[in-house]
Amino acid sequence: MTERSVEHASFSFERVYDASPAQVFAAWADPAAKAQWFRNPEGWEDGPYELDFRVGGRESASGGPKGGPVHEYRALYWDIVPDERIVYSYEMLEDGTRVSVSLAIMELEPGGSTRLTLTEHGAFLDGLDSAARRRQGMGSLLDALGETLSGDDHAGR
Amino acid sequence: MTIVKYILNRSLTLDRVFHALADPSRRVIVERLTEGPATASDLAEPLPMTLPGALQHLQMLERSGLVHSRKTGRVRTYRIEAEALQPAERWIAERRAGWERRLDNLGAYLAEQRDDPRTSDDG
Repeated sequence: MTERSVEHASFSFERVYDASPAQVFAAWADPAAKAQWFRNPEGWEDGPYELDFRVGGRESASGGPKGGPVHEYRALYWDIVPDERIVYSYEMLEDGTRVSVSLAIMELEPGGSTRLTLTEHGAFLDGLDSAARRRQGMGSLLDALGETLSGDDHAGR
Repeated sequence: MTIVKYILNRSLTLDRVFHALADPSRRVIVERLTEGPATASDLAEPLPMTLPGALQHLQMLERSGLVHSRKTGRVRTYRIEAEALQPAERWIAERRAGWERRLDNLGAYLAEQRDDPRTSDDG
């Protein structure tokens, strides 16, 4: 039996890219471009990736480590201001169980380079008592750490 | 007041975790430990440093709470300890780790675009 719970959490962080806001925005707006960087970690089995980039449009991706849980991502776009802002919501599922629902805001500020600010407000569901998560032992933090590690050997610059 | 303190403590924990993960060698260690427990010399082996250097990284990982060690006889074994994190922290850590990786990918993608003469006069 699942004990129901909701944890609220928000975070935000910034990156500066040596590119114009239009170039950064295009990397989020063009499905072929976004598939290049929004990909699953190395070694994951990939499901289909789809992006219908317009207000009311949807995006979906899935994948998972071999023999591990299947992670599904489904997003809905609420607000798009070219070269400036994208607001969308998304849910994450692991083996069909909804793990979180969040609102994400991507903002771009021009300058010599482009400052990208990403903010998320999320609801993390049934985290304390999910049998699926307990079974995974270390839980998804380690999946996420594995993602970071396998996805980028040069992070921490 | 209690709530403020709680939030501060929580964010301090997260800071330590992210600081611990900000170093490539420590990430190699954590990656190895996600596969299962290992000894200090196992963990030091793939690193371009001496055993004492690796031990310093292991100490920092232990202070962050991400890694836990136990000595049996003469051998100290390390294991990952992420259950110490509260669900909200875990949620943030998991999202942030995913975003860090993807935003690094985005930076690499943008750099390729810039260096590609076919796209260099875009935007």
